[in-house]
Amino acid sequence: MRIINYIGDAANWPKIKIVFYISLVVVFAVDFLVERHHAETWWDKTPGWSAFYGFVSCVFLIFIVKFIGHIWLYKKEDYYD
Amino acid sequence: MTEWWLHPSILFIAGAFLIPFLKGKVQKAYLLLIPVAAFAMVVSITPGTYGVYKFLGYDLIFGKIDKLSLIFAYIFIIMAFIGMIYAIHVEDDGQHMAAWLYIGSSLGVIFAGDYLSLFVFWEIMAFASVYLVFARKKKESNDAGFRYILIHIFSGVCLLVGILLHYSDTGSFLFGPVQHDGSLGFYMILIGFLINAGMPPLHTWLPDAYPEATITGSVFMSAFTTKVAVYVLLRAYSGTEILIIFGTIMAIYGVSFATLQNDFRKLLSYHIISQLGYMMVGIGLGTDLAMNGAAAHAINNVLYKGILFMGAGAVIQMTGKHKLSDLGGLHKTMPVTLILYMIGGFSISAFPLFAGYLSKSMILSAANHHHLPIIVLLLLMVSAGTFVSTTLKIPYFMFFGDDKKIEAKEPPLNMLIAMGIAGILCIAIGSFPELFYSVLPFPIEFEAYTGDHITSTLGILMFTALGFWVMLKKLTPHHVISLDTDWFYRKGGMLFLKFAERRVAVVDAFVGELHSTMVLGPAKRLASVCLSFDIGIIDGIVNGAAWVVRLAAWISHNFDIYIVDGIVNSMATLVNLNSAVWRRLQTGYLQNYALIIVVGLMLIIGGWILG
Repeated sequence: MRIINYIGDAANWPKIKIVFYISLVVVFAVDFLVERHHAETWWDKTPGWSAFYGFVSCVFLIFIVKFIGHIWLYKKEDYYD
Repeated sequence: MTEWWLHPSILFIAGAFLIPFLKGKVQKAYLLLIPVAAFAMVVSITPGTYGVYKFLGYDLIFGKIDKLSLIFAYIFIIMAFIGMIYAIHVEDDGQHMAAWLYIGSSLGVIFAGDYLSLFVFWEIMAFASVYLVFARKKKESNDAGFRYILIHIFSGVCLLVGILLHYSDTGSFLFGPVQHDGSLGFYMILIGFLINAGMPPLHTWLPDAYPEATITGSVFMSAFTTKVAVYVLLRAYSGTEILIIFGTIMAIYGVSFATLQNDFRKLLSYHIISQLGYMMVGIGLGTDLAMNGAAAHAINNVLYKGILFMGAGAVIQMTGKHKLSDLGGLHKTMPVTLILYMIGGFSISAFPLFAGYLSKSMILSAANHHHLPIIVLLLLMVSAGTFVSTTLKIPYFMFFGDDKKIEAKEPPLNMLIAMGIAGILCIAIGSFPELFYSVLPFPIEFEAYTGDHITSTLGILMFTALGFWVMLKKLTPHHVISLDTDWFYRKGGMLFLKFAERRVAVVDAFVGELHSTMVLGPAKRLASVCLSFDIGIIDGIVNGAAWVVRLAAWISHNFDIYIVDGIVNSMATLVNLNSAVWRRLQTGYLQNYALIIVVGLMLIIGGWILG
């Protein structure tokens, strides 16, 4: 509960951001240390690939989908009435 | 081997009809105990073939029990139990009955060994589940329910045609792996199954109806229909390579449309489709690892989708709002719901130590072994999208974000307990994989927790979170809806009607003219002959009979009025008079009674003296 209230309080967000960025760096760094036995493709063999791909696919997906939504798929809520 | 056994479906299907006769605590105990009993039955059963009956010369096999059907039976009954806890406060026998028929028929499909019994249970499933939509008793729910049942009827027809074609090809109704012969029967059955699995473009029944179902109903719906489809595809269509493509399309389609949604149950519904995409890929790959992955993912999906729908339902129940744009700041009032929801969210996003991690890893590894790197990349992108919508966007805009100062409190304890049980199972599966492997249907040797696997998963997820943070403005929900292929039968139907009124009217006039000269004229003459025969002869007889009846009725009526009523009335009048006299005598004054008694005594004494 306390954690949730802590996260919910906007005053603590700068600190939370720092924790978040540190964890990003840690995840990125550890990816350079692990062994890769099962890697099949060049990108799987590249350390840090997953971090890059995760970020890019998230941004790409949201961007494309929202774009299609705005030019075509979004309608007013009473569209079918 | 055939021996007598009690089908677990009977407990639910026959048991459903007992529900209205039980009240209060007894009913609640009954609702929880029957799933426990069914679970005990299924755990104690040894694999084999049970319940074979001859019907019109065909074998109906109600109990084909092996590891594949058992694992689905376990999870369905567990989910039935969790769902009943979640719904235990609902005072609507109809909903409980529908849920049980739905659960029972799902189990019926799981254990069916032949296509005929499978088809019967398949149809019961569709009609029982739609009641959970109608039970919301709103116009939108009714409309969505009708669209839902129409598509399911279509799926049933495809399945039935496929079954009959299959029979004419092979002479057998046995349900098992199909011949990959590319026959029409093969495809019709596949289409029937795929519609229930939410394959676009005929997937719209799912995101259309699930958000309109009752709060507790959608929890059941998210668990059964689609997972039954996964089961039948696993059983019959494993290794059908086209499913790899279909599955990838489903995964991307679902996650894309989910990103557009504002109604959060609709968003979660689209993620069901996306998750089913993973399972389709697993089924299409057809290796032991992939099929285990598909089955495991179905099991996990029942649990974490259950949590997500339960959490969403709790928020709707407590706030009355079902759109993200209306919510915000609930972390202060509903923190427990948030924590439990997040367990489901971490599971569906495949965080290590949560359930989805295992099953998703299996499917992705199997695709890697199959040398399909592009498929793997696309599925990983879907993972990122799933994490964004389900685990970041919904909680952020529901529980944090703009504090809308909504009055709310935690949902009833039973709802939290149900979510808690599912949450514990999710964490248990993710944390103790060996235990989970032992119930999987196919032999498995898989190490999910390797170093590179953990770091790459975390890499994708954490940097997706970074992407979410960057794109947060773009994701703010608005009061809009998004189109989908249901446009064709919702808007398209109306357009067709308008088109029909204008364009078709010209053709209609011509055809009408032709019709009236060539067909109507002769028909009219024939009709007039018939008419005169009808008036002269038949009507004469009928009218004559009617006159006789009317006469008899008149006589009996008069007899009734004058004789019977007369007697009754005269009796009544007598009684009336009599009572009028007695009423006057009963004045209630003591002195009058005393006077009557004295007069009476005097008469008696006088009579005695005179006599």
